[in-house]
Amino acid sequence: MLTYTLRRLLLAIPTLLVISLVIFLLVDFAPGSPMSQIPLTVPPEVRLKIIAAMGADQPVFLRYFLWLRQFFWVEPLYAIDHLLGTSLAGDAQRIVSWQSRSPVFSIIAERIPQTLTVIGTAYLIGVLIALPIGIYSAYRQYSWFDQLGTFIAMIGFSVPTFFTGVLLIIIFSVGLGWFPTFYNTTLQITDWASFKQQVLQMALPVTVLALFNAAEISRYTRSAMLDNLTQDYVRTARAKGMSERVVVLRHVLRNSLIPVVTVIALGVPSIFGGAIITEQVFKVNGIGAALISAINSSDLPMVQTLTFIFAILIVLFNLIADILYGILDPRVRYD
Amino acid sequence: MKLKTALLGAACAFALAPAAFAERGTDGEVKLTFPQAVSILNPYLSNGTKDVYAASMIIEPLAGFDTSGVVIAKLVTEVPSVANGGISEDLTTITWKLIPGLKWSDGSAFTAGDVVFTYEYCTHPEGGCASLSKFDGIKTVEAVDDATVKVTFTAPKPNPFNAFVGSQSPIIQKAQFAACIGAAAPTCTAQNFGPIGTGPFRVTGFTVDDTVSMDANPEYRDPAKPAFATAMIKGGGDAVGSARAVMETGEFDYAWNTQIAPEVQAGMTAAGKGAFVVAFGTLVERIEINLTDPSADLAEGERSTAKHPHPILSNFDVRKALSMAIDRQTLVDVGYGAGGAATCNMIPAPALFTSDNTGCIAQNMAGAKALLDGAGWKDSDGDGIRDKDGKKLSILYQTTVNPIRQDFQALIKSWWTELGAEVELKAIDPGVFFGGDAGSPDTFQKFYADVEMYANNFDGTDPEVYLAGYTCNKAPSPDNQWQGENINRFCDPAYDAMLVELSATRDDAKRGEIAKKMNDMLTKDSMTIIPLVHRGTLSAHSNALGGVAINAWDSELWNVADWFRVK
Repeated sequence: MLTYTLRRLLLAIPTLLVISLVIFLLVDFAPGSPMSQIPLTVPPEVRLKIIAAMGADQPVFLRYFLWLRQFFWVEPLYAIDHLLGTSLAGDAQRIVSWQSRSPVFSIIAERIPQTLTVIGTAYLIGVLIALPIGIYSAYRQYSWFDQLGTFIAMIGFSVPTFFTGVLLIIIFSVGLGWFPTFYNTTLQITDWASFKQQVLQMALPVTVLALFNAAEISRYTRSAMLDNLTQDYVRTARAKGMSERVVVLRHVLRNSLIPVVTVIALGVPSIFGGAIITEQVFKVNGIGAALISAINSSDLPMVQTLTFIFAILIVLFNLIADILYGILDPRVRYD
Repeated sequence: MKLKTALLGAACAFALAPAAFAERGTDGEVKLTFPQAVSILNPYLSNGTKDVYAASMIIEPLAGFDTSGVVIAKLVTEVPSVANGGISEDLTTITWKLIPGLKWSDGSAFTAGDVVFTYEYCTHPEGGCASLSKFDGIKTVEAVDDATVKVTFTAPKPNPFNAFVGSQSPIIQKAQFAACIGAAAPTCTAQNFGPIGTGPFRVTGFTVDDTVSMDANPEYRDPAKPAFATAMIKGGGDAVGSARAVMETGEFDYAWNTQIAPEVQAGMTAAGKGAFVVAFGTLVERIEINLTDPSADLAEGERSTAKHPHPILSNFDVRKALSMAIDRQTLVDVGYGAGGAATCNMIPAPALFTSDNTGCIAQNMAGAKALLDGAGWKDSDGDGIRDKDGKKLSILYQTTVNPIRQDFQALIKSWWTELGAEVELKAIDPGVFFGGDAGSPDTFQKFYADVEMYANNFDGTDPEVYLAGYTCNKAPSPDNQWQGENINRFCDPAYDAMLVELSATRDDAKRGEIAKKMNDMLTKDSMTIIPLVHRGTLSAHSNALGGVAINAWDSELWNVADWFRVK
């Protein structure tokens, strides 16, 4: 297992390098220019100077190698400096956003907390809702509970979040006035009152996203359970006189979880990626909102760095899912 | 003795009573929301309106503009003029006298050295300063003494109120930005996110593209202001969400740029919690005509250049007919509601420069058809499309991807089709259209289409720079990497001559006359530009917020120091 993990990790390096080049070229050759953000009242010669000051007029491969150096060398040095109080990086140029002229990693650090709180909570709640629904739906297939579960899952899966989000805002914020429509990122939790405020402002976005996540995972759980419930070993277990509880929750569930765990693990990178639309609707201003605003303003360093971080997370969680698979299913051996 | 003390006490109580009504920091927090979040608080590195407006609460220029576009003193004792000796007789110098004893929010003294530094900061060749053109034509900026700044121009300057005037050229503190000059400018993150200023508020927290937190500046020059103790600007979301937070849920006091559909505006106003306010500046949504041939049959480098006049649109009657067929009021009703007005001018304001040209407002379809008939454009082959000399009246009409613009395209297409033209529509991503990439065929400068629609405006109250964009030498072409404002490739020596005359004219009334004539030359006399809608900026404020006076000539938040809580 260890050699397998090491081999996979080593293999990930060239994969990620190729991914970074592809992303860089795609982002760079995509139409659009940071110049479009400069008002028309700024004369052309001033525009050219602004672009030159950003370094956006340099040849593409020069910018790529500069970015690689910044990402893999300068930024880790800054991280070490930040943690240990050293000054290894000196004044080397960091990856800087064209839009705000601020280091991309400090923007990410500013935004990770709200993204993880909102999207992470929604994912966790989604999983916690989905598992019991999926298990019971499969156990009582075609019962009214199963039908209802299927119905809600279909709604959660097929109705887009920009619709459910706005619908909830109109009912619960505009109509009833229970929840705020803006997420306050500067809120500090110091006492019960501010904790209540935090819960209130998280309620709507978490509901929207949890519904969406639960829909997907409950369907996977249900079908995995159904596959296993008809297996011979289930009949054997029952014949041995085990209680239904043990049969379902120990024998069937454990075997059914293998594909479900993979799905859940592969969904984790999307927590870090944020939820572009939901963040926009509730003004959570996390990573997803940063990505979309960077794309809109052709802020290439920001788009490039964010997408590359997502690529790293996806490669990493694929590996984690594979390893978990081996742990959960003793038949799977990688050596 | 006792009586005297009591009387003194009573006198003091009376003297203090009015102050109690207007005291700094008594009204709690004012909350603003911008649909586009604030990225940076240094306008010299951004020029995005959101950033300039947010920064205007913190850093201030020497003088600003009031709601009617008149220059008002901010950090100076009076607005310089020839009469008070602030502007020299030959119009080559302007002398600003700073308010004595003025302090930065950190308590240090505000001096002429800071103003000189601001000039050096923005004009540094490697700084990439976005407001560089504000400092055009300046020879020197010098500190005569600590409280006097003298600006010398290279030539007589009829309108010297560019540098240090208006929210785009505020004064930054020398002590704070001294190490941030030139190429180092973008690396000064802490300074760019937390400039020290003289404005009513100072920064206490900044998260990029999200929230600006501020509190009242303890050193603000009016001890009774601002009424609010703290302020915050939350960004993100969309215009509808921002408007809703002010007009329906009451979470925010003020929302900037709530450009939403007219029927949604009406619904939100009905909720009774706030009001929409609109400021009409100089922004005009227009159709620009390509006077050169954009045909793909021409060689690259010759397409859309002055070498090949446009086969159809070179004809004045065709251009005029296209304008006559448009019902501008319908466009306003569909797209902007209270936030727009039909116009025939490319300079819609201020009044001094606005021509009385209103002939295009009423739609005249019959007249347009007659005009084309008279010019020989007839449907000779019965396919419903007019033609002449074997050329069909076929038009490629491009604009950016934007719901209102697509509505406009559809409406105008229906009118032009009725007129007998064949219209093909094209919508381009705004990042590409305005991106100015010389390699892309879809930039508005390259103009590989017959007509294109977008909005343009000019800064401040004087249109000279704006009008200067339409001279022959400003036409984008391969020779200048497709840069230039004269995207129509309009070229009239008489126009160029008038521009020279305008820049040499000092008398305001005379300048107005010339600008109006130039406006007419581009619009009704040549139909090079077909203005459609004079667009305002629509913002929303809560009924609980007092003192809002929306301003199109400066930052919308220009008088934020005067805002108060309605109780």
